[in-house]
Amino acid sequence: MSEQAARSQEALPRTSQEPAARRRPVALPAPLGPWLTSPWRKPRFLEAFTVLYLAWSLLPVGVAALFSFNSGRSRSSWQGFSLRWYWQDPSLSVWHDPELHDALVHSLRLATITTLVAVPIGVAFAIGVDRWRGRLARGASFQMLLSFVVPELVLGVALLFLVSNLFRFVHLGAGAQILGLVTYQLSYPAVIVRARLLSIGPEYEEAAMDLGASPAGALRRVLLPLLWPAVFASAVLVFADVIDDFVIVRYLSSDAATEPMSVKIYAGARSAPTPALNALATVMLVSSLVAVALGVLVYRRLTRGERGTSAVADFASQL
Amino acid sequence: MASSTHVGGSPLPPTPPQKQGRRRRSTSGIRYPRWFWPLFAAPGMLWLALLFVLPVYVVLAIAFGTIDPLFRTPVPTWYPAWWDTTQLRVVLDNIFGPGAYLGPAFVRTFVYVACASALCLALAYPVSYFVARYAGRRKVFYLLLLIAPFWISYMMRLLAWVNLLSTDGLLDRVLVGAGLIGSPVNWLDGRPVTVVLGLTYGYVPYMALPLFAGLDRIDANLLEAARDLGASRARTFWRVTLPLSRQPILAGLVITALPMFGDYFTNDLLSGSPSTSMIGNLINDAIGTPGQAIQGAVLVVLLLVILLLPMLWYVRASNREGAR
Repeated sequence: MSEQAARSQEALPRTSQEPAARRRPVALPAPLGPWLTSPWRKPRFLEAFTVLYLAWSLLPVGVAALFSFNSGRSRSSWQGFSLRWYWQDPSLSVWHDPELHDALVHSLRLATITTLVAVPIGVAFAIGVDRWRGRLARGASFQMLLSFVVPELVLGVALLFLVSNLFRFVHLGAGAQILGLVTYQLSYPAVIVRARLLSIGPEYEEAAMDLGASPAGALRRVLLPLLWPAVFASAVLVFADVIDDFVIVRYLSSDAATEPMSVKIYAGARSAPTPALNALATVMLVSSLVAVALGVLVYRRLTRGERGTSAVADFASQL
Repeated sequence: MASSTHVGGSPLPPTPPQKQGRRRRSTSGIRYPRWFWPLFAAPGMLWLALLFVLPVYVVLAIAFGTIDPLFRTPVPTWYPAWWDTTQLRVVLDNIFGPGAYLGPAFVRTFVYVACASALCLALAYPVSYFVARYAGRRKVFYLLLLIAPFWISYMMRLLAWVNLLSTDGLLDRVLVGAGLIGSPVNWLDGRPVTVVLGLTYGYVPYMALPLFAGLDRIDANLLEAARDLGASRARTFWRVTLPLSRQPILAGLVITALPMFGDYFTNDLLSGSPSTSMIGNLINDAIGTPGQAIQGAVLVVLLLVILLLPMLWYVRASNREGAR
């Protein structure tokens, strides 16, 4: 006992951490000991790991985007900066190659239409299921979540079979693609708006109706303005996600004209790659990043004055 | 105020009005017409019934249907009592039977997905832990970078690796230049390592976000209490943080493993060889080959059966979370 006390006495000037020193009778190497036992030590190892992880996850994409500005055909040796693969090259650039150009336009068209269809249906679904309690409503929201986690391959194949065996009036191509994409994306607005409804609670609406508003009036004048940030966030997520979609869109395309950017990249990546493919991918990257960045900014404006953390954290928690 | 003392007879004014408020809230729904809220949910329900439930039924009808003898096209059998299990038995025979050529792909799928999910967890946990607990003022910045891969198209991320890993790619240049390997290696000619690392790279953001959300939610007071009571850093982590992050870990594993089971493009782009093909490749190849649609449908049904339990678990878990 006295020996231990003596040791801790001895350790005291060194670490100034009496309990830690007492628990660890085996002395650590002198310079390392205080550093390891200090509770205010910075987690340098974790920070380095995080930085390395982020570099690993983002640098390859950065390199690919960089080589879309290469003036040569190589995607690994730098031959000078040019915009050749964006529009200067008269036949191979994204702007002039009709296939790549069409793919870009088709992607943006699919994303816009899908967002316009899926968001209103999903938002209405979330409001309805939240307020209408009952077994049927629970079943419907269960189904919605199931469509959220089902692998895209399963849904894509199933929709292809549906269109080619039962719904023959739907033709493969843009129409079928939009039907499939809306089905897959419906759960985004539904889940996000539902979460927001749960956090708002029914009080504001009830106050409105106590003051004489009709149910529809309370919904329009009170609830919808409160839901607006969630609706907006989900629209941005749907738009960016559709631009990146691959599986459903590929199965439901009919010919080269209805193949969006992701399918072109898939088809060209291993066969005949030129930096034009990187340029197409970069355009894709920029369009979804711009959508999301705008989304975060507007979301921040819409939720200004609400208590809570940052827009980014909110955005993240809604995925 | 007067009514509250009258009703409750209690000297504490806040309680009775609260009670009154709660009672009013529970009955207020009556003021809506009965059809009012169901009407909102109807379009979504109809859409899902026609384009989510019905297609899955069509897959079943084709998997248990017959083949047109002339055109080799599938003929769905709509009535369940007449379902024909010939094709199912053929496929099962090819998986488990003696000359099974589909079996290895199934085993491979499980091994690859298990390795890739474990790697995702090993990479994402320390990162999420750091960002959630220690990032301080730079939290938002780190979080942005953590989310960024979500909004970069999966195809672009794969294309980036195809560029880097091809024989004249940067990786070989660096390795040869450093003298680590003698001649360039083609990393894309059907190596399991490339596929597993590709899957890890592709799906690790799906792991990082639920982990971050879960770790961020842990009450810092609990950790402080553990430290105050004498637990070391490691012990606090082991006895408090890790048990509290069990649910996010499970959710992250499920949400990364589910899409990996349905993945075929990672394999196509990073290997392209049948020696690494997975269930997803089998399905995609069957769908692309005329006359093989039934096999594709049977494989989709098998995939659904395999994934049913994790999917139901995830939906139940997130429902419980929403109710809380």
